[in-house]
Amino acid sequence: MANKTGVYICSGCEIGEATNVEELQQVALKEFRVPVCKTHPILCSEEGVNMLKGDLENEGLDRLVLGACSRRYHGETFDFGKDVVVERAPLREYVSWTQPHQEEDTQMMAADYIRMHTTAAQMKQPATPFVQNTEKALLVVGGGVTGMTSALESAKAGYAVHLVEKEDRLGGFARQLHRRIPSGSPYELTQSPDLDELIREVESHGKITLHMSSTIASIAGAPGDFSVHLNVNGSTQESLRAGAVVLASGGKPYDASKLTHLGIAHDNVISSVEFEQLAASGKIVRKDGQEAKSVAFIQCAGSRDPNHLPYCSSFCCTVSLKQAGYVRESGADKKAYVIYRDMITPGQYENFYRAQQNDPGIFLTKGDVSGVHENADKTVTVDVDNSLLGEKVAIDVDLVVLAIGIEASTKDDPILNLQYRQGPSLPDQKYGFPDSHFICFPYETQRTGIFTAGAVHQPMDMNFSRKDAAGAALKAIQTVELTSQGKTVHPRVGDETFPVFRLDQCTQCKRCTEECPFGVLEEDEHGTPFIHEARCRGCGVCMGACPVRIISFKDYSVDIIGDMIKSIEIPDEFEEKPRILIFACENDTVPAFDMMALERIKYSPYVRIIPLRCLGGTNLVWVSDALSVGFDGVMFMGCKYGDDYQCHFIKGSELAKTRLSKVEETLSRLQLEPERIRQYEVSMNDYKQVAKLIENFAADIEDYGPNPFKGM
Amino acid sequence: MAENRGPILVVGGGISGITAALEAAETGHEVILIEKRPSLGGRVAGFHQYFPKLCPPTCGIEINYQRLRRNRRIQVHTNTRVGGISGQAGNFTVKLVKSPSYVNNNCVLCDKCTPVCPAELPSDHDYGMRNTRAIHMPHRMAYPPRFVVERAHCPSGCDKCVSACAYGAIDLNMESREFEVNPASIVVATGWRPYDASKLERMQFGALPNVITNVMMERMAATDGPTAGEIIRPSDGKKAETVVFVQCAGSRDQEHLPYCSSICCLASLKQANYVRTANPDARVYIFYIDIRTPGKFEGFYSRTKKDKNIEFIKGKVARVDPGQDGRVIVEAEDILHGGKIRVEVDLVVLATGMESNLKADGFSGEFVHLDEDGFASEHLQQPGIFAAGVAQGPVDVNSSIQEATGVALKAIQIAGGE
Repeated sequence: MANKTGVYICSGCEIGEATNVEELQQVALKEFRVPVCKTHPILCSEEGVNMLKGDLENEGLDRLVLGACSRRYHGETFDFGKDVVVERAPLREYVSWTQPHQEEDTQMMAADYIRMHTTAAQMKQPATPFVQNTEKALLVVGGGVTGMTSALESAKAGYAVHLVEKEDRLGGFARQLHRRIPSGSPYELTQSPDLDELIREVESHGKITLHMSSTIASIAGAPGDFSVHLNVNGSTQESLRAGAVVLASGGKPYDASKLTHLGIAHDNVISSVEFEQLAASGKIVRKDGQEAKSVAFIQCAGSRDPNHLPYCSSFCCTVSLKQAGYVRESGADKKAYVIYRDMITPGQYENFYRAQQNDPGIFLTKGDVSGVHENADKTVTVDVDNSLLGEKVAIDVDLVVLAIGIEASTKDDPILNLQYRQGPSLPDQKYGFPDSHFICFPYETQRTGIFTAGAVHQPMDMNFSRKDAAGAALKAIQTVELTSQGKTVHPRVGDETFPVFRLDQCTQCKRCTEECPFGVLEEDEHGTPFIHEARCRGCGVCMGACPVRIISFKDYSVDIIGDMIKSIEIPDEFEEKPRILIFACENDTVPAFDMMALERIKYSPYVRIIPLRCLGGTNLVWVSDALSVGFDGVMFMGCKYGDDYQCHFIKGSELAKTRLSKVEETLSRLQLEPERIRQYEVSMNDYKQVAKLIENFAADIEDYGPNPFKGM
Repeated sequence: MAENRGPILVVGGGISGITAALEAAETGHEVILIEKRPSLGGRVAGFHQYFPKLCPPTCGIEINYQRLRRNRRIQVHTNTRVGGISGQAGNFTVKLVKSPSYVNNNCVLCDKCTPVCPAELPSDHDYGMRNTRAIHMPHRMAYPPRFVVERAHCPSGCDKCVSACAYGAIDLNMESREFEVNPASIVVATGWRPYDASKLERMQFGALPNVITNVMMERMAATDGPTAGEIIRPSDGKKAETVVFVQCAGSRDQEHLPYCSSICCLASLKQANYVRTANPDARVYIFYIDIRTPGKFEGFYSRTKKDKNIEFIKGKVARVDPGQDGRVIVEAEDILHGGKIRVEVDLVVLATGMESNLKADGFSGEFVHLDEDGFASEHLQQPGIFAAGVAQGPVDVNSSIQEATGVALKAIQIAGGE
């Protein structure tokens, strides 16, 4: 590649008033000997863009450094195609809107940003997508309502689907249903399960291949190229290739035999699953075959209980209201009691609740069940505490139904049997569900191209499972489409850079394969890593983990960041101009700096900011680089970590924390204050606090005095 | 994949619409995303934090904007409404009406215009808790990032902003324009509005300044909000040391919204946390019928319950009255212990529910079919029209996004499937 860089400095947005633009041009021309360096009063204007286009063509430039606004603005305006590297030096956000104008320190700062970004531009290479022969067929695991819906909706969009079901017939849990809860307005009446129609559609769809009586023996490979082995009828092996996977293996009813405190051992105490079967059989009877004239439903049987399931199972309230209806339909004299803590019928299910409430034979009792006793005639008494007005109530019934909750089917079985270095299961989130950790991105997964839907995803009812089935299927389809173009998926969608390993220098330390949040890297028998590009999400955690620095991306590497650091001019200690380096996570902290600029919040002129894809990409050599060139302190700013972490690369900021803790010892050995290196959790909303953090840090640095290695 | 028949039109640029648009576009389909307001972001752009993680919505919005900026398959039209729909699945004709924002793409957000603008008006984004100028940035996370002029509030003949703008970004003569698009399928993600609290008799909203709604509380807690995150009594700006949350303010009420709005319990738990964080000695009372924290949200409820300064009282609030010194008296039945309970507090937050925007936005039944509650229930819709998020029913952000993703698949089936 030609490596001809043009540097352009916009003088609009007060950059021209804040700095001496001509002097900035001289930095590019003299220090970097770039062939072209121009200035423009409004670079983002049509005229400005035409100037850039003209120079790209006439001067043969292939890299542009734009000293203008942050890259969060005008991305499209300044996109000149894949072959042109565009590097943005945010002189507006970091200088003209946040620093005093026409000051020496302001000018020095702007000059450094020109140096840093010109250095980066000269080192970056245009991205090239990886090429693979992509299989677009999907694998859907589980032939219940969720799996069938995923398969059918994908097939309707034109995609071939392999649907794997462990039993010899489709339908899953729904086969046991007598009726289902209302699925649409007016949300007042129960409905037929409509299972046969769905099964027929799935069975007759030309794009769906059914694999019945089959389980997954193993899945290896990567999105676009998963190699799947099936166990059919427990023995025969069958293999297929799939581009992405939807796991729809459902939930399993909580083991009712554990609910001894709710009398499960008694003859006439049964689970809600058993009651559904009774109703489907047409006879609501006690164990002795006698008609059950009164039935009590105990809600939260195991759910919302720290000794059993700490979460709410979501659907048990509506299910019990439905089942109370079964009791009433069995005879006008029949009575149903529902003993609940909170009636959780959100949204329009409220209408169903109201409809059932209006039935004079359905008694809804708020309270806590304190005991369930069997009487001599095998009827059951339910003691309820804390009912309305604080009363204690005893309810005598023929039959008690425990509204049991749900657990993920993956709880004790990996199901997918992934042949991944990091293990056969999808990583669990809270409560054992392989769910996304993110509110905004419910299909984020730590195993690229593998999505969960339905009750294995989160506790949910069948109505929502159908929607979730379509959502997960869309993400699976999206993965095969992006993968076929050699692009990464969420959150850096469309990125075409992937880590490259200089393996001749690899020490087989395995840190990269262990720390990769997405299980991208496998290793051979010697421990040498190899990459499945299609699993990679481009966070750079491997690059930060590598002690011998052999991992890099075309536009993001230890060397590029290192050279950006080294390009900064450090005044000597007698000038009393300390320097603070800030590594900023581009997802949260970089936008926070942009917010500060919008609000014109001023901060120390001594800082220099380098964006990182994720703090998890932090390579400790940058700390030595910074200290050896004379930086007096380094701030790492990134996402919140811990249980409610915000890092979209899972543990990036936490990994940075672990790595930085190792630096402390080294600093102490060098007689340097370890507090010169600090990590901060910054979210975008904290933008008003960032200036304060910098101010406090700068004050501490002043107390410590200059970095003694300055100028050495 | 089969031949592409046309783009997908997504109506509504809140979190559901943005999600549906992005998910379809990243799968390779052309999308037209329209939003009636000057900026994308919808209701969530005004939220301080999401339950249960208490994380800022800006984080997810930012990632979605990054996705939007990178994606050439999405055309975004703000200030745009649907003027009419005809045709059928695979080949709709939709008239779009784009009203003028009076600011073009030249805007660089330099903010030289607002200081010269003489007209003030109550901020929509802040639910009237502070004023903006007639020319202003819709909010800090505005997309597209430009200012907008509320022309109706401009003094006649005033063009001070035009002279102040060095970038030629303001055109006060910009006109409304109509154009037609031919989408193969339509995603309706028109979202919600807070139920009008002034309709709640005896809740004194509008009459007592220290009675606010939950959406106002979001702005109050926000760093960039009217109080910069301070939780105060609007009457005098003093810290709110005692706060009542009134659950089901309008929801689960045949006179108002017969359905449960799904989110208000969780929103109040979240906001109780805001109060406790901002004012560490504050006491919070939550009056409820049922606490509805389904699924994994139970963990958030149990965590919040551990806070001894947050009291949960089962009972519906009967009335709200003025108390001493700007305080507010809340009277409710105490269902668990019997009798009436009265508390006098600094601030009352009405946990108002969500009302579908569909009807108010002009979707009155011809092409988008509404159920009794005003939502576009799935089974009522004709082929090719899909609703997502609160347009389809009252749901939280997480579920809205799940739905919107699923709906993107249905839209694609028609746009380019078999």
